[in-house]
Amino acid sequence: MVNRPEEIMENLSTTVVIAGEAGQGLVTLSQILTKTLVRAGYYIVVTQSYQSRIRGGHNSYALRISNREIVAPTDAIDLLIALDRNSINLHLPELSDHGIVVVDDKVYSEIHPQVIRAPMADLADDKFSNSVALGIVASLLGLEKGMITKTLREFFDKHAHNTSDHNAESLWAGYNWISNDSAKFPRLPPPTLPGGRLTLNGNEAIALGSIAAGMKFFSFYPMTPATSIGTALAEHAAKMEIVVEQAEDEISAINMAVGASFTGAPSMVATSGGGFALMTETVSLAGMTETPVVIVVAQRPGPSTGLPTRTEQGDLEFVLHSGHGEFPRAIFAPGDVEQAFHLTIKAFRIAQKYNTPVFVMTDQFLADSYRSTRPFDLRELAPLNPCADSSIAANPHLTYLVTDSGISPRIFPGMTSHCVKASSSSELVIADSDEHTENGHLTEDLSVRISMVEKRLRKLDGIKSEIIGPEFIGLSEPDTLFVTWGSSRGSVIEAADALVAKGRRFATLNFLQIWPLDPKNFVSILEAAKNVVAVEGNATGQFARLIRRETGFHIKKTILRFDGLPITPEYILDRI
Amino acid sequence: MVNIAEYGDYETAWCPGCGNHSILSSLKKALVSLGLEPYQVLFVSGIGQAAKTPHYLNCNLFNGLHGRSLPVATGAKLCNPELTVIVESGDGCNYGEGANHFFSAIRRNLNITMIVHNNQVYALTKGQASPTSEQGFVTKNQPEGVFSPPFNPIEIAVAMNASFVARGFSGKTDHLATLIQSAVTHRGFSLVDVLQPCVSFNKVNTFGWYNQRCYILGNGYDSTDREQALRKAAEWGEQIPIGIIYQNLRPIYDERFPFLSKGPLAKSPVRFDRVSELLDHYL
Repeated sequence: MVNRPEEIMENLSTTVVIAGEAGQGLVTLSQILTKTLVRAGYYIVVTQSYQSRIRGGHNSYALRISNREIVAPTDAIDLLIALDRNSINLHLPELSDHGIVVVDDKVYSEIHPQVIRAPMADLADDKFSNSVALGIVASLLGLEKGMITKTLREFFDKHAHNTSDHNAESLWAGYNWISNDSAKFPRLPPPTLPGGRLTLNGNEAIALGSIAAGMKFFSFYPMTPATSIGTALAEHAAKMEIVVEQAEDEISAINMAVGASFTGAPSMVATSGGGFALMTETVSLAGMTETPVVIVVAQRPGPSTGLPTRTEQGDLEFVLHSGHGEFPRAIFAPGDVEQAFHLTIKAFRIAQKYNTPVFVMTDQFLADSYRSTRPFDLRELAPLNPCADSSIAANPHLTYLVTDSGISPRIFPGMTSHCVKASSSSELVIADSDEHTENGHLTEDLSVRISMVEKRLRKLDGIKSEIIGPEFIGLSEPDTLFVTWGSSRGSVIEAADALVAKGRRFATLNFLQIWPLDPKNFVSILEAAKNVVAVEGNATGQFARLIRRETGFHIKKTILRFDGLPITPEYILDRI
Repeated sequence: MVNIAEYGDYETAWCPGCGNHSILSSLKKALVSLGLEPYQVLFVSGIGQAAKTPHYLNCNLFNGLHGRSLPVATGAKLCNPELTVIVESGDGCNYGEGANHFFSAIRRNLNITMIVHNNQVYALTKGQASPTSEQGFVTKNQPEGVFSPPFNPIEIAVAMNASFVARGFSGKTDHLATLIQSAVTHRGFSLVDVLQPCVSFNKVNTFGWYNQRCYILGNGYDSTDREQALRKAAEWGEQIPIGIIYQNLRPIYDERFPFLSKGPLAKSPVRFDRVSELLDHYL
């Protein structure tokens, strides 16, 4: 039994875990519950943990629920829906002291004070037992029957129309069966959020961000945990008039994106470590040809195939140094779903303005983590208009015109300024992966080489002038400052909150942009703290090392996790 | 009317007697005959002596990585269907490093043209075996001679039901110009494999060797007959057929995206009203 640290108990959250074999339908069941909770007005944090298989094994979907703002997953389980016996064996030790388990009585026959055995066979046909389980959970949590039924019907009407009635009846059977005993579990406190919230995970937010940014071309080769970005985009492609193309390999995917961008269409690719390794020669090509492209790297544990369906933040140095030669880049690392949306838009703007590759680094945890998300205010956003910026600054056009900013005005092949159809051969666009003269043709004139290297690198000054500085949250001049980046943000914030609640001076410094860094934005904060602890999902403290390299500030203490699971507040509190 | 001077006349980095010179000249002839202005054409090339060709032409050009011209061309064509997109590179680039893209491009069937300078050797790196080098071909890096049988791009392309498959010879420039013209006009993925001598590194497959063997397919040959084409594609040795080996009018991939008919995607506005509808999907 896990004794939940009292500081996190104070958050009054409830964690429901639905666990079973792959192929038992646990994701469907979980998603219906998730959406219902968001619609009802609860905050949620989802952690999906699955194995690299389509059938069998053990998968789990953890849903932390609260009526107060929560931003991290937690370890202790309050309500376990076990779809197989193995799930009980695995998760019983994680049950909180008031936690309970719901299981089919055919699967588990022992008497255990925390286990509710449901007579699934009496309640519904075997095919619909997940809906019975859903009814039981909804009833225990105190969710209104009509609300969960509506979400369930919507789901089955869309995916398996003729089963909608049977599933709804099974849900009610479960709901009614447990309602006599519902006192066995504390109902959720009343929700506090207004309606109109979106149920979104990190990858969906990246997909929507790219659409809102004005992306016109997305190419991919399937790779967990990046694939669902392409799935979301494919669903919306026809409506949004964007091309979504599954390439024959990752090398092709990113070269297609570069070709698309060369014609003026803002483009993006998404992959994970191994696929990104294949893309790196083209990252360098984009840097050399000054072709904007947004690259999403959804991390999973390596090296090599590693743990294909788990999470890690182990590719920071890889992405930072990817591609041979020296050229400017920017790297963003969203800490939650809302940041994933906005930073994707920012990535497009920087790529498009500075004509260079820009990265969004996420990971399996954030990719699959659903949150209740405030609807994005689209009025604040203006999509990219590649034609508005395209202009000819020289006649004939010079693709690599040397300028003070290093930015050469672009036009696109077949078109002249502002995308007017070309009508003369002074409007040709020539790009080359070789070192080139201003007109784009290859050269071995070494003085031109120096001027081109310097021109490309000057763009980094501009990128630096638009850095998003780290978020500082907590008490000023803290005894201990947690430093983190990307998806570990939420757990670091909740761990610091818990410590502050106990009267300790803690604060957090969360980096949303990890390259370039501007020491002016944060060195004084590091120096003001008595202790600085880097919290990262990797084995060697890559970001702490980057900070030392860039600032000379040595973060000596680290809390690192690299077992494939996301960092939780408990994980940090156990180690502080 | 466009004339050949508009395509320019540049000093090249090629050896005297290299087949690339006549391929360049056929290419200009074809573009002029097609009435294409330089700004209407986008060349995409890789790395190698052949890949330098578009540098010696006035045209739009993306000279990218070794083996990766087809994916760049695919992205470009899918975002600007108004461009005439031509991939220009060598046998090593397209059949070695980029072979996976070659197969996928045949299957995808975009309306683009691929011209492969096939001299059966790696010339830029000074004479190693290429995928099309013949068995027993001796090089400094293959001193015992090439073990693997050569890759026959024509046979593969016909077997995969490619939309347009042709073979030319750099020694027959007018014929080659006509082939390139037909390939660009053809609706669908068009391959023109061009046999050419490498005067520096291929002492076997010389101008004379090709000239003796290459014969132009006669009027009696039906390039729409796939079974006949498969037999013709396999023909190699004392007799080498040149001309349009095979063609069909399979649906082109461009048609999968009806909105592409509106013009370049760079110009298409982002429909913010539709973005709000997408958000509703997640309510």
